[in-house]
Amino acid sequence: MIPAQFDYHAPTTVDEALRLLAEVEASGRDVKVLGGGQSLLPVLRLRMAAPEVVVDLNKIPDLRGVREDGDAIVIGAMTTHDSMTREPLVRQHALLLSVASATVADPQVRHRGTFGGAIVHADPAGDIAAPVLALDCELVIQGPGGRRTVAAADFFEDLFTTAVGEGELLVEIRVPKYTGWGARYEKFTRVAQAWSVVAVAAAVKVEGGSIAQARVGLTNMGSVPIRAHAVEAALIGQPATADAIKEATRRAGEGTTPPTDANADADFRRHLAGVLTGRAVLAAAGAS
Amino acid sequence: MTAVDDRPTTSDEIGRSRLRKEDQRLITGRTKWTDNIILPGMLHLAFARSPYANATITSIDIEAAKAAPGVVAVYTGKDLQDTMGTLICAYTITPDQVAPPHPPLAIDRVSFAGEAVAVVVARSYKEARDAADLLDVDYSLLPVVLDMEAAVAEGADLVHPDLGTNVSAHFVFDSAAAGTGGDVEASIAAARVDGVVIERTLRQQRLVPAFMEPRSVVVDPTGEQITMWSATQIPHILRFVLAATTGVPETKIRVIAPDVGGGFGGKLQTTPEEFVTFAVARKLGKPIKATETRSESIIASHHGRDQIQKLTLAAKKDGTVTGLKVELLADMGSHLALIGGGVPFLGTFMFNSIYKFESYKFDLTTVFTNKAWTDAYRGAGRPEATFGIERMMDELAVELGREPMELRQQNWITHPEFPFTTVCGMTYDSGNYEAATAKAMAMLDYEGLRREQAERRERKDPIQLGIGISTFTEMCGLAPSRVLGAIGAGAGGWEHASIRMLATGKVEVVTGTTPHGQGHETAWSQIVADKLGVAFEDVEVLHGDTQISSKGYDTYGSRSLVVGGIAIVKAAEKVVEKAKVIAAHLLEASADDLEFADGRFTVKGTDQGMAMGEVAMAAFLGHNLPDGVESTLDSDATFDPEDFSFPHGTHLCATEVDTETGLVKIRKYVCVDDIGNVVNPLIAEGQVHGGLAQGIAQALYEEAVYDEQGTLTTATFVDYLVPGAPDLPFFDTDRTTTPSTTNPLGVKGVGEAGCIASTPAVVNSVLDAVRQFGVQDIEMPMTPLRVWKAIQGASSVGGDVEAASASPHWEQPVQSGGIEPASSDTRSDATDRSQA
Repeated sequence: MIPAQFDYHAPTTVDEALRLLAEVEASGRDVKVLGGGQSLLPVLRLRMAAPEVVVDLNKIPDLRGVREDGDAIVIGAMTTHDSMTREPLVRQHALLLSVASATVADPQVRHRGTFGGAIVHADPAGDIAAPVLALDCELVIQGPGGRRTVAAADFFEDLFTTAVGEGELLVEIRVPKYTGWGARYEKFTRVAQAWSVVAVAAAVKVEGGSIAQARVGLTNMGSVPIRAHAVEAALIGQPATADAIKEATRRAGEGTTPPTDANADADFRRHLAGVLTGRAVLAAAGAS
Repeated sequence: MTAVDDRPTTSDEIGRSRLRKEDQRLITGRTKWTDNIILPGMLHLAFARSPYANATITSIDIEAAKAAPGVVAVYTGKDLQDTMGTLICAYTITPDQVAPPHPPLAIDRVSFAGEAVAVVVARSYKEARDAADLLDVDYSLLPVVLDMEAAVAEGADLVHPDLGTNVSAHFVFDSAAAGTGGDVEASIAAARVDGVVIERTLRQQRLVPAFMEPRSVVVDPTGEQITMWSATQIPHILRFVLAATTGVPETKIRVIAPDVGGGFGGKLQTTPEEFVTFAVARKLGKPIKATETRSESIIASHHGRDQIQKLTLAAKKDGTVTGLKVELLADMGSHLALIGGGVPFLGTFMFNSIYKFESYKFDLTTVFTNKAWTDAYRGAGRPEATFGIERMMDELAVELGREPMELRQQNWITHPEFPFTTVCGMTYDSGNYEAATAKAMAMLDYEGLRREQAERRERKDPIQLGIGISTFTEMCGLAPSRVLGAIGAGAGGWEHASIRMLATGKVEVVTGTTPHGQGHETAWSQIVADKLGVAFEDVEVLHGDTQISSKGYDTYGSRSLVVGGIAIVKAAEKVVEKAKVIAAHLLEASADDLEFADGRFTVKGTDQGMAMGEVAMAAFLGHNLPDGVESTLDSDATFDPEDFSFPHGTHLCATEVDTETGLVKIRKYVCVDDIGNVVNPLIAEGQVHGGLAQGIAQALYEEAVYDEQGTLTTATFVDYLVPGAPDLPFFDTDRTTTPSTTNPLGVKGVGEAGCIASTPAVVNSVLDAVRQFGVQDIEMPMTPLRVWKAIQGASSVGGDVEAASASPHWEQPVQSGGIEPASSDTRSDATDRSQA
């Protein structure tokens, strides 16, 4: 299948990209921004969307790469999933983002698909948003008026909808350092290469055999990623043992309103969230 | 006969695991797939398809499409009515079978969502596609009929209002009436008094054949013959049907199946797309190409399976089976396809399988619904039957508290009983179920796994182990022509071959089979190399072009080797006989004194002789031939089998069921197939692997799901789950060899075996793991949701999410005058500014 016709631009700087977006939007034409293209291209090819203009960010070198900035690491929005699985800074300070990136689709997709693209796409079954939420990342958005920073908790607004507004781009993701934390992204799919039916992102700091701190995010348990604050609280101070963790996590799905589709209904998803949270935390705590 | 060496003869080639000579071009794609063909002046065609499952077409406004850039013509069904021919069903399973007319392009009504209603011809595919979206079709909607049981009820809404019924045919085979066995009702009545009766209703879900290469057709009308290239399994049958229904003389039609990327029965069809492209090319006098997209392929190509099986099995208290009653509802979809009711009809001969029933009744009702038509899919009628009987044997074992393999052994045909005539009148020529089973059980470590299973149950492990059995047989080598005639088929089942002996000693083999991934070029070369004593590399196999291969019945039903391969053997024998006369003349000996071995004629008791190549050259020159002898060695042969062949095997599957998530993982899969002698073990192994993948997929992954409007919700591979290598286990395969006695190679056929046998092995295994929780059945595919709910004891297992939307990543594929999932407003808005 061939996409409907569109105009194509590939700016080389963020400023040029923002200028283009402003021009196109001023002209009243429908525009889409192309990151890695791993979700947008299928949508175009199936003609679910037919934008008149596509602005491709792949030629902007400034949007790629990971750097250290004091207490945080800063990830360029166009850093690929594959880079995220390998980047030493990410593995050292934000292991959860690395292990979650490694579960995205297949190697081909991971070499094209981007960390920031997946965040802005905000597919509720995508694997990047819940880890970003769990780790309290900050999303740096640039527009004609300059930069603003949005906390992950405020960023995901609805199905496929984020705080990135018209004429704006997500340019960077700032991640507080979680040095020495264990991490696990527990993904439940029917076949190896598929979107998550449910997935759980867990990062755990174990001190003296007990859980000192925990972060838990849930994928595909609602229209936006969900932070399991109650589970996090219940885990603190628990011994890093299977029984204790299981008890503290089994209610992870309670109070959520997950979707019903061909793979799972809401009840099953709530049940899975509990089981998978236990498994994720157990693995992150290094206790399995 | 027990297991013998794989090689049936002393020859070098047959029995050798040759790498496939066609693979380099197929795997690299550097070959002529139909869509690769580009002709001067070629135009492109796009179909507009109905988004509605049952509707009258009230108007089609073509003006906007006609005015679109690059558009050459727009046609509706009415425009092509007189020239496009009609689609036919070749199987009349009862004399009063009803079938609605099937115009390739809908004329005034549609009966499934995806039916083509108009076609746009343009200079590029993109322009044709864009313009097809501009067609404005008005429909008047009719009630949609989707459920088979509702469709056959009194007063049901009608799929085709003019037909007056949703039932196409009602066919009954009764062993008492046929004189092949007793009265099944008597067996059941006796078992109710003093025995055991098992009654179950099982579901065979609808599947999509999902071949790798989507269908594609190119028609060039500019020569004296109209040439059609098509990604088809059946170029010969296609030419016949085109000629028979369009009025174009057969002599004016040439059909070519170039390299074809898989079919699995899905390309055993004469398609609307082929007929429409043919008509448009004739009308415009220009070459035309039509290639479908993946979603179009899933929506509009034929589907497979889709049966409701009501099964009643009668047995004595000691476990001896006595009677089997099969009541089937089989979904034909909107129209009767080429084989149509012939697919479930094959179950007549298969439900009794390897077991010695005294009485048997097969009662089949073929039903129309407002869904895509159904037809052959790998196994075609036999997987459905094997699933039914193997599930029932497990149910009987559970009921009686018996070991399931031991119960099967008690009831199967023992090796000394062959040849054995079954309760439906089929004569199984050979088999050795004991040998295959013993080997499979040793390979699996059956006893060891049973111990582990008990241990896991004991300690209430969240991961429970199940072991599933499928001891199956099937019928291959479709088919003896006289049998086809007797059952109302509009076709024969012989196969043809020609061997051309070239002057340089090389050999061309023309076959009527049409490979689409099977490896015929390699296997046929091995047969000919053996029979004529020429080098494997010196044999070229030609196929799939009606100008070259003028006769044939093509490839399906595991028939190519068993029928087509034997035709090659017969043709080779004729070559040798012809060559012998010339060699005798040149060697100045009597033909009776000549021996032929290893490609050489020798005069008995002397060192005098000459090679086949030398005889071929002598024939080519014609300088010195015996009087009255033609200067050619070329020979044709047509082979019509006397009977089917009956491969069998034992498949064992061990699954681990995660009781916390319902996820099923195959721990170990073992199969021992007995397919008789084997020409190329590597190819046979590959066929088994592919078949296993598809059979396992039916058990665990695949299902074509319609919503209540009759829209297919699984129209992309996101929602129609075809497993990949990471999802499948290592296949632990082996063979026993009990040669067929009904053909000179002793071969039986292997193309469908894995697919037929594996599904019940997997399902029985999962049920074996979870019966302890009170689970009696789980519908296929056995998704984590269904397995988990079954364990939870939920009242509704399976069917619970039928009407639910597909996963949220792709909106419902609604066809808006086009073929593809159209844009959904919410989705488009939501993905604005997507950076993905």
